[in-house]
Amino acid sequence: MMSFRQFAKHLVILVGLTALPVMSNAGDLGPVPPKAKAKASEKTECVEPVPVMRKDHMEFLKHKRDLTLREGVRTKEHSLAECIACHVTPNDKGEYARFGEDEHFCSSCHNYAAVNVDCFDCHSDLPENGAKKLRSSNKTNPHKNILTEGGK
Amino acid sequence: MSISENKVDKNHANTYRRKFLTQSVAVAGLTIAPGIVLNQVAHAKADADKVTNATRWGILVDTNKCNKGCTDCVTACKTENAWGAVDGSPSSETLSSKEQQAQWIRKVTITDKQTGHVQSLPLFCQHCETAPCVDVCPTGASMKREDGIVLVDKHICIGCRYCMMACPYKARSFIHEKLELQKTTAPRGIGTVESCTMCAHRVDKDQDPACVEACSKAKHGALLFGDMKDANSAISEELKKHGGEQIRADLGLNTGVRYQGL
Amino acid sequence: MKKPAFKQIDGNSTNYWMLLALLGSFVLAAIGSHFYMEHGGHYVTGMSNQIVWGLPHVFAVFLIVAASGALNVASISSVFGKTAYKPLAPLSTLVALALLAGGLMVLVLDLGRPDKLIVAMTMYNFKSIFAWNMILYNGFFAIVGIYMWTMLQRNMNKYSKVAGFSAFIWRLMLTTGTGSIFGFLVARQAYDAAIMAPMFVVMSFSFGLAIFLLIVIASYKWTNRPLGDATFKRLKNLLGVFVAGVLYFVIVQHLTNLYATEHHGVEAFILRDGGIYTQLFWYGQIILGSLIPLAIIYHPATGNSRSAISVASLFIVLGGLAQMYVIIIGGQAYPLEMFPGKEVSSSFFDGMVNSYNPTLAEALLGLGGIAVSLFMVAFAVKVLRFLPESLSDEAVDPHHSK
Repeated sequence: MMSFRQFAKHLVILVGLTALPVMSNAGDLGPVPPKAKAKASEKTECVEPVPVMRKDHMEFLKHKRDLTLREGVRTKEHSLAECIACHVTPNDKGEYARFGEDEHFCSSCHNYAAVNVDCFDCHSDLPENGAKKLRSSNKTNPHKNILTEGGK
Repeated sequence: MSISENKVDKNHANTYRRKFLTQSVAVAGLTIAPGIVLNQVAHAKADADKVTNATRWGILVDTNKCNKGCTDCVTACKTENAWGAVDGSPSSETLSSKEQQAQWIRKVTITDKQTGHVQSLPLFCQHCETAPCVDVCPTGASMKREDGIVLVDKHICIGCRYCMMACPYKARSFIHEKLELQKTTAPRGIGTVESCTMCAHRVDKDQDPACVEACSKAKHGALLFGDMKDANSAISEELKKHGGEQIRADLGLNTGVRYQGL
Repeated sequence: MKKPAFKQIDGNSTNYWMLLALLGSFVLAAIGSHFYMEHGGHYVTGMSNQIVWGLPHVFAVFLIVAASGALNVASISSVFGKTAYKPLAPLSTLVALALLAGGLMVLVLDLGRPDKLIVAMTMYNFKSIFAWNMILYNGFFAIVGIYMWTMLQRNMNKYSKVAGFSAFIWRLMLTTGTGSIFGFLVARQAYDAAIMAPMFVVMSFSFGLAIFLLIVIASYKWTNRPLGDATFKRLKNLLGVFVAGVLYFVIVQHLTNLYATEHHGVEAFILRDGGIYTQLFWYGQIILGSLIPLAIIYHPATGNSRSAISVASLFIVLGGLAQMYVIIIGGQAYPLEMFPGKEVSSSFFDGMVNSYNPTLAEALLGLGGIAVSLFMVAFAVKVLRFLPESLSDEAVDPHHSK
């Protein structure tokens, strides 16, 4: 049986170690996704309320992908292409960011949360004509050759 | 009743009958006419509609009109779906060897060993009714839509390449490297298998596949696309008149792509 | 008959640790190869859109086929009641599981998207023989695992007959399924034959027993435990029968194909014009893998020599790999017959024999599968009681006939 002093010492060390990561993130305000195109940000809300989207967007995408691919339903509702068309916007210079860079809408959160997605192994991470407006530094996705199982 | 009154009554009855008949015909005509008009655009698919097996899409290739040196269909497919080298732009598959690079459609030259007769034809996914690639896929990623178009659901494709072993036309390709800048309408990626989609994204918007459109625009007229279940469609009429053979017909796959002049 | 005593091997000699280290290094090399292939994609391999399955699949299918065959010795004891094989039954189940694990490892690590393996294990297209194979492989682990348990745990021994019978039926289904992977393919001239399934079953008998015999001879030699002539002779005679059986099926397959003009093209390719495939067929599969081992096994001068039989078993394994190479890769090298009677050419390599240059990465991946299997066996016999203390004639079967 350890004494109370020993126990208190262990407890302080334990709490201290646990507090370290919490303290090191002090001042972190969370991810900063870039603003979407005007029509969604100012005039209308996103397709679902923002908290719903944050929690369930992968479910919506997962169900829509089967509807589109297997059944040919090509509505804009929950369509990945529409998400990108609205949310992946150019910066002030008119340049687009690539998935993997913090300035890209999807990776602004996914990088922060360290959640890997492989959507963009196959899908375009840019809207329809975005490929023409890339910086020379990200014409080839700079994260293309990261050693990840599927993600960029 | 007097005779004169009978006559007047009869006239009224005739007039009434005439009016009734003409009005009925008019109403009937008005009722049917939109139906006739709608029927002609009945194949127009709304975005929200699911595809059904009331349609079966097919392509008819007339090899007599297919020129040996022409690759318009191949170029159109490459441009539409962003694969392969197009007009000086290198293939996006920069690291793969020629044998490893994807080809959704290619021109094949066949020479009869006995007669020396030379023919040329485009070869691509034949969109079989009983596709061997669909049968063998362990996860069901290789699938056939209700309207007959055979696709790969790359979300669940594990890249085992068994469908490539099974395809009698070597129509499928495997992606051997990470790809860049795919078209929004043609997702394709490393480690999965792909093949001609009959431009399902265009077909669903009532357009022709890119290859067919290119061949028509260039006035070769070797490719014809349409609904094989619609007896009035151009492709059905052409098939009825002049027939259309399947490549490897002995396999009994009932392909959606037919060839004339083989 | 005295109940055979099972005992772990000592496993603390330098040689033993060096064996584990050697096998372990091959396993690490295989994992390294996997990451190399995954990092950039399959472009680093010799596989292409023309030769779709390559060296990894040769090794993987070989190991999977051998796995079900390695179970034979246990089946003979439990199902057919030959008590002389009973002492080796637990080891037989161990080798079977280890070979299957090694083969599956290679198969899975070669997938284009191995990160989606959970998809493969939860979504099944039941028309696909490949999907059925996944169920059969997983079931094999479960059923043979239970069978092994009934033999290792004293109070479960009474269930070993039922478990053994189930395992026997299951492995026949499994190997039939593996052969049908090729037999069901209508597209290619070299496949699309009902004979592929039973041929693979007999191949499993041969390859599995050859590997098992090599493991038995090596284990008993390296641990200085007695291996009696009776057991040895039984196993090697059985092996001879299986090798002859494979040869029979190969002859029937090719003679049948040679009868049909339709198949003359692919037969000429395999038997005469196929370059490396022809050489592997005649020198590897037939001469090295079948005829020489048969001669060694049945010739009185060599038939009783442990080392000669070991060499014969090794040749059978090499011949088996050659056979898999000819079937899997030779079958893809030969072009598809889309336009009979015509010469075909295109930008997609139609109408011509396809070339395949295997890379080191693929070879290391395949060899790593063998290494994983052997490592598992070597390790298991140290920690658990798989190996009988003695396989001398008196211990196994005091009433054996000479």
